[in-house]
Amino acid sequence: MYGRKVKLRFFFIIFVFLTLILSVFLVLKSLEENVVYFKSPSDVKLIKELENKKIRVGGMVKKNSIEMSSDELNFIITDFKNEIYVTYSGVVPNLFSEGKGVVAEGYLKDRSFFNASKILAKHDENYMPPEVKEALGEK
Amino acid sequence: MFKIFEPGRIFVITSKAHKYVMFLFVIVICIGLLEALIFSPEDYKQGDSVRIMYVHVPAAWISLGIFSSITFLSLIGYIFKSKNFFLISKSLAPSGLVFNIVALVTGSIWGKPTWGTWWAWDARITSMLILALFYLMYLIAWRIYEDKEQVLKITTIITILGIINVPIIKYSVDWWNTLHQPASINILSKSSIHSSMLFPLIIMTAAFALFSMLIFLMKYNTELIKIKNKGLDRL
Repeated sequence: MYGRKVKLRFFFIIFVFLTLILSVFLVLKSLEENVVYFKSPSDVKLIKELENKKIRVGGMVKKNSIEMSSDELNFIITDFKNEIYVTYSGVVPNLFSEGKGVVAEGYLKDRSFFNASKILAKHDENYMPPEVKEALGEK
Repeated sequence: MFKIFEPGRIFVITSKAHKYVMFLFVIVICIGLLEALIFSPEDYKQGDSVRIMYVHVPAAWISLGIFSSITFLSLIGYIFKSKNFFLISKSLAPSGLVFNIVALVTGSIWGKPTWGTWWAWDARITSMLILALFYLMYLIAWRIYEDKEQVLKITTIITILGIINVPIIKYSVDWWNTLHQPASINILSKSSIHSSMLFPLIIMTAAFALFSMLIFLMKYNTELIKIKNKGLDRL
């Protein structure tokens, strides 16, 4: 139905795509370490050598773990497998609260203590009006 | 095969259609804005800043959709050696870039009160920025290359390279830890967005799509006039 050249060009494009997809996949696979925005507490436990480098740790703020004193804020980041203790002094975003996502930027003291210099709140994908949230909470 | 795409015939349609699209756009954007800014409820967690989402998400969708269309049309044009498809791609691109920038800027405005930062180099945001750069490259290529044959080749190469980024944008939030939240709307499973918020989102998406259509028709019309003025019957 179509000319030989049309078919040739079609298969050429398919070939180009397969090559590109494979190379991009391999590049991203090898860069995975750097593509992730933050490490989970479980990832932190697996770090072999502690370097004095700025990293980000993220997960959920553990329920009932926030302790505030006059100049310091302590809380626990959990991914429900491992936990990490975080100390921080400074302002926190409005959405920072217990049971919600958080990303802390700073330095590791060891594999379970973290000194944060910046706190970001991570919003989840749930959107609903307050009335619905209350109704869900009552259940 | 593509007789239907003869410029003369299309011109009859494009020279009139934009008025009707404009009319429709004004109506839909009015309903959309009323729904998004006044009638829709505030979010239990974010409060009123959730309203930024009604601009942010449709803009991001449309910019991804337009880039995919540009690539698809350029490839069809390349395979069947039909220049008209390249002209359609060229006319689609500007509104795609605009919506891409809108998505980045509104995301930034939303990020400050929600996350506590204007910008984060996470996978979703960075890949979206790269898409904007591809749009820019594509449009600049059309401007700087005089030779028609050359420009068709170069723009096609740009779209092929850029399209690889589109699935990366879509799945970046699932593949890697990102600050950006995962998708709330899933076609196959239940969406995690309440229906009272989903409705304005859909209306706004329709409005933005109509706006892209409007800009496209105007741009494409200009391209056809240019061809007419050169005294060419066919592309």
